[in-house]
Amino acid sequence: MSTNIADHVRSSLVRRGRWGIGEILFWLIAAATLYFLPERHLILNEIAIIGLFALSLDLILGYAGIVSLGHAAFFGLGAYTAGILARDGLADPLLGLGAAAIAAAILGFVTSFLVLRGSDLTKLMVTLGVALVLGEIANQASWLTGGADGLQGITMGPILGLFEFDIFGTTAYAYSLTVTFLLFIVARRIVVSPYGLSLRSIRDNPLKARAVGIPVNRRLVAVYTLAAAYAGVAGALLAQTTQFVSLDVLAFHRSADVMLVLVIGGVGYLYGGLIGAIVFKVLQDVISAWTPQYWQFWIGLILVIIVLAGRERLTERVRTLWKGVAGRTAKSPETLPKTSTREV
Amino acid sequence: MRRRTFMRAAGAAAVTLALSGAALAQETVKIGLILPMTGPFASTGRQIEAAARLYMQQQGDTVAGKKIQLIVKDDTGVADVTKRLAQELIVNDKISVMAGFGLTPLALAPAPLATQAKVPAVVMAAATATITEASPFIVRTSFTLPQATVPMAEWAAQNGIKKVVTLVSDYGPGIDAEKAFTGAFTAKGGQVENLRVPLANPDFSPFLQKVADAKPDALFVFVPSGIGAQFMKQFVERGLDKSGVKLIGPGDVTDDDILNGMGDVALGAITTQHYSAAHDSPENKAFVEAFKKANPNMRPNFMAVGGYDGMHLIYEGLKKTNGQGGQALIDAMKGTSWTSPRGPVSIDPQTRDIIQNIYVRKVERVNGELYNVEFATIPNVKDPVKAAKAN
Repeated sequence: MSTNIADHVRSSLVRRGRWGIGEILFWLIAAATLYFLPERHLILNEIAIIGLFALSLDLILGYAGIVSLGHAAFFGLGAYTAGILARDGLADPLLGLGAAAIAAAILGFVTSFLVLRGSDLTKLMVTLGVALVLGEIANQASWLTGGADGLQGITMGPILGLFEFDIFGTTAYAYSLTVTFLLFIVARRIVVSPYGLSLRSIRDNPLKARAVGIPVNRRLVAVYTLAAAYAGVAGALLAQTTQFVSLDVLAFHRSADVMLVLVIGGVGYLYGGLIGAIVFKVLQDVISAWTPQYWQFWIGLILVIIVLAGRERLTERVRTLWKGVAGRTAKSPETLPKTSTREV
Repeated sequence: MRRRTFMRAAGAAAVTLALSGAALAQETVKIGLILPMTGPFASTGRQIEAAARLYMQQQGDTVAGKKIQLIVKDDTGVADVTKRLAQELIVNDKISVMAGFGLTPLALAPAPLATQAKVPAVVMAAATATITEASPFIVRTSFTLPQATVPMAEWAAQNGIKKVVTLVSDYGPGIDAEKAFTGAFTAKGGQVENLRVPLANPDFSPFLQKVADAKPDALFVFVPSGIGAQFMKQFVERGLDKSGVKLIGPGDVTDDDILNGMGDVALGAITTQHYSAAHDSPENKAFVEAFKKANPNMRPNFMAVGGYDGMHLIYEGLKKTNGQGGQALIDAMKGTSWTSPRGPVSIDPQTRDIIQNIYVRKVERVNGELYNVEFATIPNVKDPVKAAKAN
């Protein structure tokens, strides 16, 4: 009987792990923009980076239920790590990426023990505090970080010794997109693994999870560290592709923006961060070109409408609409506890 | 035979004419104006944009047969956004000049792009001395902090002030101001104590308490444009206005844009700077009047005059070069001199920084409004930091 259930769970996870047509299309279109939207590569680069950053927040918020208002701490640490390495002569981008991931992961590991304590409200305060402390350190240590003037003099070497960063942002975008895609695949694999399943059970009911023998704290420490490394990589990508780091990478509005991006796209859904990043950045770009002074008013209004109309998840609304149009109501048999929406 | 040659020549001439005609009709010169239009430094962006538009309205939007198109972008005061916008403007919009740059980091971030793409960058606001050294394509029409500060130190030393506490925002221009003042003032035998306040979300009260305890003759203040009102409010809350501590500094703290809203506490503050809306010259009277007419409820400040002169410099450069590209344009801008609303100014050919008069001013009530009234002039001041390096 018990093996039977295990088999069910396993086969169900395998089913979830399969790539849907929509997903393949999504990445094909993303790759196609490399050729078809040459004049938009700079903003696409930014979208890919914010998408990755939101994905990293989703790993802890959407899948493990850890609320955070200080995710920029890891983003900023990654950005400064990569930036300072490049300034001091270690110009290889992949080296910087690795160093940023490690530095952010260490910070994530250490701070995770603080975050594990207390309620959601405490977590919000602790994460916020960590980001503020880091921001002030970066401000004070101007010999290292350049302080409020920003980190000057970053020169990046070519990627793998082959591809130079160009002024059109094409190399930068291809680089960011590739890194985001690879890390997305890893995240996707993790989410559909038994480990990912245990995270979700922790999110839904930590007490019960503990009762069935899931090592709750260890799991949370692991995912928090992983998410920190992801955010560090996103920060490093920003530093390397813009070749500039300012204190702003650690600012509160970074943490708030990424939360906003994730909420627009959908929490607990790997594409949520990516879709949110596209919607948010494109809206910002279009509206601020139209009215540089008052774009924040319009974007605020649109965001309220999106969230009201989309409720939990923007894409889910579109999906139900599409199903209504197509008239398909086919149900797939599921053994796992059903949540109303897709998780991958 | 001859006829055929003639026809061929005529045909070629016609084609050339048509082509050049088409080229003339299409040619627009695009100016990318990147400014903080939202966020804490929005007032800087609004002033500069208003002044740039005013200049175009007055001088027309065609220069040397080419149409000028101004593209305004909001960088929200965030340096990596400034850099991306500059890059997009260069790559997609093919701008000939970029301009604006509200704060020092915002001017430094796109500096490598200016060099790489050979697109001149006209800094209309940011005031750290070193900015023009970041790229040979940067030229400045605002001022440098040391340029406005050293005269303040000299004035203070000459007017019986012995002990000063400096209070500056902790970033490039603030540190510049602190160093320039401390250096010049101690050289004259004065005594200085330094305090630095964080740039973002400043809370001045603990620092002002230290000032009150130190009991100096004068408090030297630098805060970025737009933050002065906040400072003044806390200055009064701490009772420093009644303690006999003189308020001195470069003119940013008594910024024309917000000065009138500060109320009587600002009265008597002595500042040194390159521009006051009360500057007594026909050029300035016309400028202030036109600016107020185009933008009701706004008074032009030193940011506006930086934007106005920046546009003038771009126009003059374009007239001289007639579309020969970025290198020619920046070369043409070097050495340009003109009479600005602030007085006579010129661009130093060596440093690409502005040379201008610095005025000593005192806040007074004129026709019911507060103004920085000029009472002494130090003519043709060069940036002291770069001048010291050159010697």
